[in-house]
Amino acid sequence: MSLQLNARLLTALETRGKAELALMVLPSLMIVALVIAPAIWLGVLSFSVDGAPSLAHYQRMIDNSSYAAIFLTTFQLAGLVTVITVVVGYPTTYAITLLPPRLSALALACVAIPFWTSLLVRTYAWMVILQRNGILNGWLLDAGLIERPLRMSNSFFGTTVGMVHIMLPFFIFPLYASMRSIDGNLTRAAHGLGATPTRAFLDVFLPLSKQGLIAGALLTFVLCLGFYVTPQLLGGGNVTTLSIKIQQNVIVYADWGAASALAVVLVVIVGLMLLASRLLGGRGAD
Amino acid sequence: MESTNAYLSPWRRVWLYALLVIVLFFLVAPVLVVVPMSFSASNYLEFPPSEWSFRWYETFFGSVEWLHATRTSLTVAGLTTLLATPLGVAAAAALSRSRVTTAQILKGVFLLPQVVPVIILGIGVFFLYIRLGLVNSLPGIVLAHTALALPFVVVTTLSGLKSFDHNLEIAAQSLGAHPIRAFLGITLPRIKLSVLAGALFAFITSLDEVVISLFIAGGDNTLLTRKMFMSLRDQLDPTIAAVSSILIVMSIVGVVIFMVAAGTGKGERRS
Repeated sequence: MSLQLNARLLTALETRGKAELALMVLPSLMIVALVIAPAIWLGVLSFSVDGAPSLAHYQRMIDNSSYAAIFLTTFQLAGLVTVITVVVGYPTTYAITLLPPRLSALALACVAIPFWTSLLVRTYAWMVILQRNGILNGWLLDAGLIERPLRMSNSFFGTTVGMVHIMLPFFIFPLYASMRSIDGNLTRAAHGLGATPTRAFLDVFLPLSKQGLIAGALLTFVLCLGFYVTPQLLGGGNVTTLSIKIQQNVIVYADWGAASALAVVLVVIVGLMLLASRLLGGRGAD
Repeated sequence: MESTNAYLSPWRRVWLYALLVIVLFFLVAPVLVVVPMSFSASNYLEFPPSEWSFRWYETFFGSVEWLHATRTSLTVAGLTTLLATPLGVAAAAALSRSRVTTAQILKGVFLLPQVVPVIILGIGVFFLYIRLGLVNSLPGIVLAHTALALPFVVVTTLSGLKSFDHNLEIAAQSLGAHPIRAFLGITLPRIKLSVLAGALFAFITSLDEVVISLFIAGGDNTLLTRKMFMSLRDQLDPTIAAVSSILIVMSIVGVVIFMVAAGTGKGERRS
């Protein structure tokens, strides 16, 4: 009996190896066919013009000043959105951890609402709020704070607002988890040893939450680099990011080589940033 | 944790809570604006509306194009969920067993669609579909959305499997159960919640996807998001407020269904 069981256990363990392989085939085929293969194909394409090897697509990025402007816009936007998200998101998350359980659940629900709302719906809302004769301008005019409507949509400003709105939940949720895991006794101990609240925060709480903070900031920055919908709709043609240029190169100019070269640069930057976040922030960015 | 706030000076606490309230208001404002506006009677976007009506809902439900796009979107999201969930669960099940280094590399492969900027997925799939004649086809759209949704299912299922005792499955197999039966009968019921969460993510990912759809989901298979994007670029049609409110209700319904299912799931586990 025990021998038979033993044999069965062995075959069970053996078939696991085969079963694993079988289970992986379809999903990995899918990723390879739809993501990896086209990416490699386009990557190769970016190094050729009319079938002959060439660096012309990359040379153009250096020679043509409009490309420099696009890179600058993309990085400025990602940088600004990241800074605002971190500066606003960190204290907000901290405040949520200080709330009594019921209120913190309510606050987290408020953070979750935009998270579950369609990206287009939110972008539409911001277009309505920020446009020339929109809600915000109406309120500001009524309050007498401004004399003429401000130009808030179709601009860098509007794009920034829309993107911060999208990134905040992405930043707050993981940071909240990492702040909750900090032992409250540590700050209490610092206080008990005579530290002022500011010192206890700066010397104990901040360093302990630093990893989550850095990982979150890097993730925010990386995600911002790839934005397409928000700059397109809230930028109204005045904010050209890398993603928008890639789309234009494909759809408007049918220039796959130029689009691919930009895509290669974007992938390399994103890859390096993710690598950095892995090295700096540990597993936080997963 | 609560006792940490005992050490915050009252002034600082006021400052923090004020910021919190402003940020939370900022976060929910768009939803608070869109829903009332969808019931406006005016041709213009005014807030709060001076008169109320269902006219934008009537426009929506009276438009063949909007209804068709909505139907297509729901069909695609449904099929994507049906495809991505089993594939993602299979991948996660295999990943959780394989050796550490291989698993790490393969996990990276499965998570790729989440990390790569979506515009790159978009042009890649478009480039491929032109050659395969799949542009604007339902199978093409579903396959692309499935690739995008796969990582969500893999991640949620993996997190469920982390707390699952694999010896239970091995025990079932050593007692003669086929590996697939052992998985379906023993493992799956215990990670049901995680799988369900992954399925919900897959559905919403597909329903909400814009960029890839801009490239490959036009013509007869125009998706709701693509149609919305196009009309947003041209004009701020109040019909979009009605569409948006419907989408908000749909995601709330999705989350509520999940929570109810999660509730009953917990009950079953306890009994």
